[in-house]
Amino acid sequence: MSNWLQSLGMACLGAFERLGRASILFVQILSGLPSLFGRVSLVVYQIYSVGVLSLVIIIVSGLFVGMVLGLQGYNTLVDFGAEESLGVVVALGLVRELGPVVTALLFAGRAGSALTAEIGLMKATEQLSAMEMMAIDPIRRVLAPRFLAGVIAMPLLAAIFSAVGVIGGYFVGVGMVGVDDGAFWSQMQDAVDMYDDIYNGVIKSMVFGVVVTWIAIFEGNDAIPTSEGVSRATTRTVVYSSLAVLGLDFVLTALMFGEI
Amino acid sequence: MNSRMVEIWVGIFVAAGAAALFMLAMKVSNLSSYSNDEGYTVTARFEDASGLKVRSPVSMAGVRIGRVTGISFDKHSLEAVVTMRIEKNYDTLPSGTSASIYTAGLLGEKYIGLEPGSGASDCDDALLAELEGKKSAGNENKECKEEVLKDGTELKLTQGSMVLEKLIGQFVSRFLSEGDADKEKKK
Amino acid sequence: MQNNDDIIIKVRNLSFARGNRVIFDDIDLDIKRGSVTGIMGPSGTGKTTLLRLIGGQLQPTAGTVEVDGECVQQLNRSELYRLRKRMGMLFQNGALLTDMNVFDNVAFPLREHTQLPEQIIRDLVLMKLESVGLRGARKLMPSELSGGMARRVALARAIALDPMMIMYDEPFTGQDPISMGVLVRLIRLLNDALGLTSIIVSHDIQETLSIADDVYLLSGGKVVGHGTTEELNNSKSEWAQQFLKGLPDGPVPFHYSAADYADDLLAGVDDKPAAGEAV
Repeated sequence: MSNWLQSLGMACLGAFERLGRASILFVQILSGLPSLFGRVSLVVYQIYSVGVLSLVIIIVSGLFVGMVLGLQGYNTLVDFGAEESLGVVVALGLVRELGPVVTALLFAGRAGSALTAEIGLMKATEQLSAMEMMAIDPIRRVLAPRFLAGVIAMPLLAAIFSAVGVIGGYFVGVGMVGVDDGAFWSQMQDAVDMYDDIYNGVIKSMVFGVVVTWIAIFEGNDAIPTSEGVSRATTRTVVYSSLAVLGLDFVLTALMFGEI
Repeated sequence: MNSRMVEIWVGIFVAAGAAALFMLAMKVSNLSSYSNDEGYTVTARFEDASGLKVRSPVSMAGVRIGRVTGISFDKHSLEAVVTMRIEKNYDTLPSGTSASIYTAGLLGEKYIGLEPGSGASDCDDALLAELEGKKSAGNENKECKEEVLKDGTELKLTQGSMVLEKLIGQFVSRFLSEGDADKEKKK
Repeated sequence: MQNNDDIIIKVRNLSFARGNRVIFDDIDLDIKRGSVTGIMGPSGTGKTTLLRLIGGQLQPTAGTVEVDGECVQQLNRSELYRLRKRMGMLFQNGALLTDMNVFDNVAFPLREHTQLPEQIIRDLVLMKLESVGLRGARKLMPSELSGGMARRVALARAIALDPMMIMYDEPFTGQDPISMGVLVRLIRLLNDALGLTSIIVSHDIQETLSIADDVYLLSGGKVVGHGTTEELNNSKSEWAQQFLKGLPDGPVPFHYSAADYADDLLAGVDDKPAAGEAV
């Protein structure tokens, strides 16, 4: 029994320790951001690897999620004779929730894990130490550009996801099951608000971008420098950032849309 | 992958993201129907403004001509004060316009419907003068220009929300009291 | 601020512990300017840790490390970074940045620390690569290099900023005889040609002894031997003799400490089942 309590206490202490290290790293990365003004090319290269390389999976998933929403929404709405509202269902579902959340989950799986593995391997092969010994701060040179790139790429990816999803919903709704073209768009435009829905969706995806990239970079930087350590860190990135995204989504939704 | 290709791809990516945001803004949301903040504000007092929200539409003859910008409670008159912004190009509404709160469909959202009414106009004075036979010079050429709604005008004629429970309650109580009256008669 | 003191690195009363494991226990070291100093000892005696302490990447539990008159532990970040620009370090596997080719790797510290025009950087990089004999390999990616070539590229990178000293972390491990010979020659050559001070951490006795002016033997967190190659070869210390000659048994026992052999065999089963099923 006391053993069990002891290990619980140890686990708690370990969790706090990691949270503390992660927070310190976050502040260090933030303080490294201003030095990137003169180094735009570093950030551009990282936007390529976290953003452009995630583009295919985002577009394909967005298209299918939109199509499924179109189909399911139609099946439910048609019972109430409200199939004209399909555009509203698709657009609100994507812009408010699915766009930011699914993008963040995919981003964690695609770009986050890659970031962790890359940084973890750089640590394991002593590249980060070597930079330090060359008097180059790895936080500024390696971590900060990746962080900024993730934060920039995420809202763009989420917007692309939502837009492609709406097109997918349109394709199914108007093209396949025969909702009226005009009603689809006009009902959508009537119900979706620029500030309430789209801005808030963008803010959500920015927050997710910060959190997912932060977790990915921290896990990579904190990985035990062995192949097993890096693989564990990669798993942790995906698990923790998915949980963080879903939990934060509830909080943000309550703040933005809820009247709690 | 040389750096030029990377830059091109990142450029494409950023452009695609911006295009997607633009599409969401213009095609999906109501941004295109915003005629920004230009326009004029009028107020109206309602006995009951339940169900009305900020940004609810204000329409006339079924066409949306503005939005509700604020709802507040006047603690002296115990009425709801609703401010609404009417778009700039609809500047010919007569000052006698009345405002009512309606429901779109049976369960739809509340909106304010404006109905035109004759406003006080210069013509009224002219007409009166004519009737009284006091024909004053210079009045013949004066066009009968109706007064229109301007910034800050308050709509005098209003009708508040119909609350379904109240209506049903009234209906039921009337039905019951009629039934009672019938019973009385039979006795 | 060049310090003309004859001793470039002074380690005084240095202690370092990782958790409960004491790695250094009150050691003193002096490294002479312009010399090649070998630091040798069995694996796990913290030789690499010593280099990290000198480079300021780790903080000692007690004692000081002075490099060129500056106490590494008392420097703030920017002073430490300024000092590190004058120190080169060669990591065990080269630690080349895997996302750039050989040329960009060598150019990396120059581009980060100087505002030199690209033409001058190119000339400098080619000079450094020429000195390690890999000018022709400048277009290769690190993954295309052999271990020895990667170390030579890393050496070119380490000397890119013309440091006053270079620390070599196990430069000879896992090399075939030819590339080992190349590295041995290069270290001595560069040291003398560029007026460097070299510190070699290694357990390859013959190679290190062949170029070192001065050798320290570390074991169990202590300095157990110090002197020139001849002095050590003639040393009376049993430990030094075992280490230098590579004898299997001696002060360092062949057996990891364990229960009595006969008792162990008779005990039958260990407390826990074997890890066999987990594999």
